[in-house]
Amino acid sequence: MAHAQHAAAPAILQEVKPAVVPRAVLVQNNRSFAWITDKICGIIEGKTPTWWWVCFIVACFVASFTVAGITYLVATGVGVWGHRSPVNWGWPIVNFVFWIGIGHAGTLISAILCLLRQKWRTSINRAAEAMTIFAVVCAGIFPVFHVGRVWYAWFLFPLPNSNLIWQNFRSPLEWDVFAVSTYGTVSVLFWYVGLIPDLAVLRDRFYATGNKTRSFLYGLFAMGWRGSNRHWSNYEMAYLILAGIATPLVLSVHTIVSFDFAVSLIPGWHTTIFPPYFVAGAIFSGFGMVLTLMLPLRAIYHLEDLITQYHIDCMCKITLATGTMVGYAYAMEFFIAWYSANPYEGFTFINRAFGPYAWAYWIMITCNVVTPQLFWFKRVRTNTTLVWVLSIFVNVGMWFERFVIICTSLTRDFLPSSWGYFSPTIVDIFTFFGTFGVFSVLFLLFIRFLPIMPMAEIKAVTQQADVHSGSDHH
Amino acid sequence: MSAQPYGLIATFETPAEVYHAAEQVRDAGYKHWDVISPCPIHGLDKAMGLKRSIVPRISLAGGITGFITGMTLIWWTDAFDYPLIVGGKPLFSPMFAFPVSYELTILFTAFATIIGMFVVNGLPMHYHPVLKYDKIRRGMDDQFFIVIEARDPRFNAANTGVLLQKIGGKEITELEP
Repeated sequence: MAHAQHAAAPAILQEVKPAVVPRAVLVQNNRSFAWITDKICGIIEGKTPTWWWVCFIVACFVASFTVAGITYLVATGVGVWGHRSPVNWGWPIVNFVFWIGIGHAGTLISAILCLLRQKWRTSINRAAEAMTIFAVVCAGIFPVFHVGRVWYAWFLFPLPNSNLIWQNFRSPLEWDVFAVSTYGTVSVLFWYVGLIPDLAVLRDRFYATGNKTRSFLYGLFAMGWRGSNRHWSNYEMAYLILAGIATPLVLSVHTIVSFDFAVSLIPGWHTTIFPPYFVAGAIFSGFGMVLTLMLPLRAIYHLEDLITQYHIDCMCKITLATGTMVGYAYAMEFFIAWYSANPYEGFTFINRAFGPYAWAYWIMITCNVVTPQLFWFKRVRTNTTLVWVLSIFVNVGMWFERFVIICTSLTRDFLPSSWGYFSPTIVDIFTFFGTFGVFSVLFLLFIRFLPIMPMAEIKAVTQQADVHSGSDHH
Repeated sequence: MSAQPYGLIATFETPAEVYHAAEQVRDAGYKHWDVISPCPIHGLDKAMGLKRSIVPRISLAGGITGFITGMTLIWWTDAFDYPLIVGGKPLFSPMFAFPVSYELTILFTAFATIIGMFVVNGLPMHYHPVLKYDKIRRGMDDQFFIVIEARDPRFNAANTGVLLQKIGGKEITELEP
């Protein structure tokens, strides 16, 4: 058929050459397979660096704040948190949505970019998936303790209990239980499947150097992987399917999180724009966190050949795109508030921008809408220090977004007699501050004991792995 | 040794070498053989003559089970075992049951896929003759191997060795069972 078209085409087409678009090189300096293995395994095999111990001790100290906050809460009651009528959803829900949102970039990188054949994902997907799992751990702390008597948290699941009543499956909060627990489980499974070939590498390397204990432990989880192509064939198919199901999963999780709000009748929450707006915001915040984590790792371990400027450019551009979507959603919310002619809806948005929480609103706008616009400029994207600073702004901005959504709507109930102002207590602050420690402890353990990049996947996208090199057809 | 060896193993240095060698082993008619490589090589399945993986069928079965589990669970708990009217809403509707069933579809698919992949691959298998080969470590790092098993009907220590040599294999070695 191609031949027939060819014959019918005008003669001029014979002279037109397709444009040769150079593809960005994903591993610079044409590094060999052995170099990639040594570089990534070297991080684990080398002596524990001093900075790691310093960071680890600081992170443990910070994490102890969450332990202290939670212990006090369990011993006393949920009243030690700052939320009270009319704001019964305060910081815990803000923090929950904040951490879950961060997790989403990890799944986006590993799943959606895998389906879209964006090969640049390979250098960053392992660390981003680890970030997802640890972020979900931090997120989970808040709703579990928010239920009050945490020892009854298992009532969230449809397990037979002595009250003989079942869960209310009409409630988005119950959907959220399933969404978040499925998300956590699937993220761990996806991460683990990706790790199997790399654990086999570590098993063999530790065996060769005589460290039998570590060889045994890595080998146990490597499941006897031996690089067989008959295995790779099934493995790649399984990985593709996991990517295929993780994509609708990540979109559904934040959609369901937004249903927690959108299904209610509170002005400012009851909007149909919430699901796409929350998903865009989640990816935006997650890429902020990926940049925050990967840029220091790249500098410390000299991974410039693996995380190239091209990778940073791609991440900055996604941050820019999603940040702009979020900005559009903010504008659209205002427009609809006016266009709906609903006085409560209109008041809520005027109150957001100019009421008692105006300071939080403008922090949000500055960090989420203005900051990412700087990524239009190549000079900004090539300045890694500046990119890192801007990524922190994104993290801050996205926390404030959730704070603004939750607190401004709840502090202004329909009747002015039920108006209030939310202030966090010291226990709120301790618990939230500590989750950064929990996250850091887990992430530091990850970079110390597990390969921070998927070696097999990186090897597969190098030029040497292309058996048809020179020709572009497959 | 009197025992029959597991098979013959040959070393290759680059993905392209092992790729073209695999095509020739396939064309020679061998069935019980394998390529060891540190990463998946694009197109090697075809060069080996492998059929499409059956993992997707297991995944599909898992997904269907998950969806049915979700719908049944919600109907059974809220509309059958303890019917309780909440907010004047129906006891069961596929609409409100959908989000949870959707999540369970994904959860069950994930487990089915991974368990299916392990079962089809015969993993975990912590002992394997190939792993006993002292140079196999490079197969996780930067070298490539072709293993032809002795149980293949066409296997013959001399002829198979010649074939491996002809297609460019180095360090042809017998593997202990």
